[in-house]
Amino acid sequence: MTTPDPLVWTGGAPVDLLVRRVHVLAPREGIDAPHDVRVRGGSVAEIAPPGSLDPADGEEVVEGEGLHLFPGFFDPHVHLRVPGQEHKEDLESGTRSAAAGGYVGVVAMPNTTPVVDSASLLRSLRDLAVRNARVPVGFTAAITRDLAGTELTEMADLRSAGAVGFTDDGRPVVSAGMLRKAIQYQRMSGGVIALHEEDPTLSAGGAMREGAMSARLGIAGIPALSESTMVARDAAIAGHEEGRVHFQHLSAVASVDALRAGKARGWRLSGEASPHHLCLTDEAVRDLDTSMKMNPPLGFEEDRQALIEGVRDGTIECIATDHAPHAPDEKDVPFEQAPMGTTGLESAFAAVYTQLVRPGVLPLGVVVERLSAGAGLMDLPLPTIAVGAPADLCLVDLEREWTVGADGYRSRSRNCCFDGRAVHGRVLLTVAAGTVAHRDDALAAA
Amino acid sequence: MRHLLSIEDLDRAGIERICDRAASFAEVADRSIKKVPALRGRTVLNLFYESSTRTRSSFELAAKRLSADVVNFAASGSSVEKGESLRDTVQTLAAHRPHAIVVRTPWAGASQLITNWTDAAIVNAGDGQHEHPTQALLDVYTLRSRLGSLDGLDVWIVGDVRHSRVARSLVLALQTMGATVTVCGPPTLVPRDIAVLGCDVRYTLDELPRADVVYALRMQNERMEQAYVPTLREYAAVYQIDARRLGPDQLLMHPGPVNRGVELAGDVVDGPRSLILDQVRAGVLVRMAVLFEVLAGREDGPRPTAPPTQETPA
Repeated sequence: MTTPDPLVWTGGAPVDLLVRRVHVLAPREGIDAPHDVRVRGGSVAEIAPPGSLDPADGEEVVEGEGLHLFPGFFDPHVHLRVPGQEHKEDLESGTRSAAAGGYVGVVAMPNTTPVVDSASLLRSLRDLAVRNARVPVGFTAAITRDLAGTELTEMADLRSAGAVGFTDDGRPVVSAGMLRKAIQYQRMSGGVIALHEEDPTLSAGGAMREGAMSARLGIAGIPALSESTMVARDAAIAGHEEGRVHFQHLSAVASVDALRAGKARGWRLSGEASPHHLCLTDEAVRDLDTSMKMNPPLGFEEDRQALIEGVRDGTIECIATDHAPHAPDEKDVPFEQAPMGTTGLESAFAAVYTQLVRPGVLPLGVVVERLSAGAGLMDLPLPTIAVGAPADLCLVDLEREWTVGADGYRSRSRNCCFDGRAVHGRVLLTVAAGTVAHRDDALAAA
Repeated sequence: MRHLLSIEDLDRAGIERICDRAASFAEVADRSIKKVPALRGRTVLNLFYESSTRTRSSFELAAKRLSADVVNFAASGSSVEKGESLRDTVQTLAAHRPHAIVVRTPWAGASQLITNWTDAAIVNAGDGQHEHPTQALLDVYTLRSRLGSLDGLDVWIVGDVRHSRVARSLVLALQTMGATVTVCGPPTLVPRDIAVLGCDVRYTLDELPRADVVYALRMQNERMEQAYVPTLREYAAVYQIDARRLGPDQLLMHPGPVNRGVELAGDVVDGPRSLILDQVRAGVLVRMAVLFEVLAGREDGPRPTAPPTQETPA
């Protein structure tokens, strides 16, 4: 099938930039050393030994000594809330938020109001993104009409209108038979099928992970089983149909096990883990801070460890934020009443770097790779640092300390589970598809 | 004590202090004019998001016996559905500057949350399935009045532990007072990790004879609809406390209202081992003590309530 370019955005002036003596870490390219990097006309023009390149006319020069340059991050799972919930986020604020976090591309979920389940709506969204999106955005469409789980969307029509893939995210595809049909149909339509795994007969009424903390708090719990049984089921369906399935926001030991087992059989599966599931456990729910309420809920320490191991060994190919903005007054309610979701784009790298890389739990290279690998899983070009490639870069000061949320958020919402945390690692500059998408105040002043 | 939000706010000395004060108020209940001026000029607001006759009227009586003014605000289901948030409701009511707000909601942690929105003293009268601290206090008071001390006492809490805020507060309070607690009920109605509270867990009444006190919980009909137990008949067959199961030296308690013939057989409800009416009487006394604790030590009026913060998107 032919599809239009799945990524859309405003575009911008191609940048001419020289970053000198910066530590380039591009794991897929095998680069991990200081270099001078020149971007000309929005593309990487030269990668040279440190101190070897002289500034050219009209070129911005950034002294990168002590800083790191990574391939820009790519998030295959964000909620931009357009259309219908612009009080939570819009394309402009959401992509500004992404750029501030070092992201050079994001994929938006279709559980909007109305749901993105028709080509006409998808086209109008893409038109809007051309006017408002600060970084390239891909849009997914629903697997089933109105996320109701009963009728397939016109997947072929949606693909031809530019759908990156399909997901009923926010809800599971409850019926195995319905999911099987979608995966069969994918052979013709193409497009990855991304699954939010949850068995509603196990999760109904729950507001946090079922366990000691939920017992203590008297809050109805969601057992890990709710996710893991569905991952196992749907991995088997995907394997049987030879379909391409991506598991979203994994949160449980048994889910990682099921994914690993399915991949070992050669099934075309992939998975993602969120910064919050990698950094936090249900212990964080103790004070009933509604920013700690998300779906799937925060799990146990053993789940967190299994996710970390999955990220380390590549069972989980990417880190995705599931950036889920909600307006302050929607979250300023009792825990059980609050909507599920945390924002994450602006804090993702710093949170994971601070909690997992600095203490030596995960190598920096692995984290940097996983933060951009989502593009490949969505069949989109991977951000890369290579001569001739479009400049998709982020410049990071690993030693810079800051407090999440202290200076507000680019996102329209502030329901961030890392709010108030002291973190290391600040994104100073984001170059997305060859243009400057974000520039930290510190860099502007320099 | 600024608020009473959780039984965990109280150590053993705190529970004893409240029980002692409640005992000192017992004499008031026996007067022909059942009123003391301890809280004259104070306003107590009852904010109830769930229907409650006993707890609300018990708090109302308690406040009135202390000469406080009482306002009852029942947030019906429909008014909540009309969209006013808990915060807006609380701030609207707080504008009347009550000295204390007694709050019951179906949401865990709501009373804690409310302390952010008003300077009034907050008393948790039940927050979802989390806690019901005044119930636990009145239960401790009842046992203390009867037995003198709870040290070494073996208490069994029987029934729907999963949905019971009473159970959660009571387990904590009884243990603080030196008792040993066992919770018992159908496995579907006992959270599997409830032992983190420090209690033992049993799924049958086989060892019930070792209990000094049997505390039955209310079994709600809706649990049948949700298939937690197959039938009330089967529930009663396995878990009902009746004259056959309740030993002659065992005391019986229940937070009310009782489903006769379900969790309790009628004969034990009215029997000599039953403390159920003592619990009801203790309710007013303990709530007097709690209101006195949170109000009498405070300066004359609450500080002005802070205006709602303006939410401006970044």
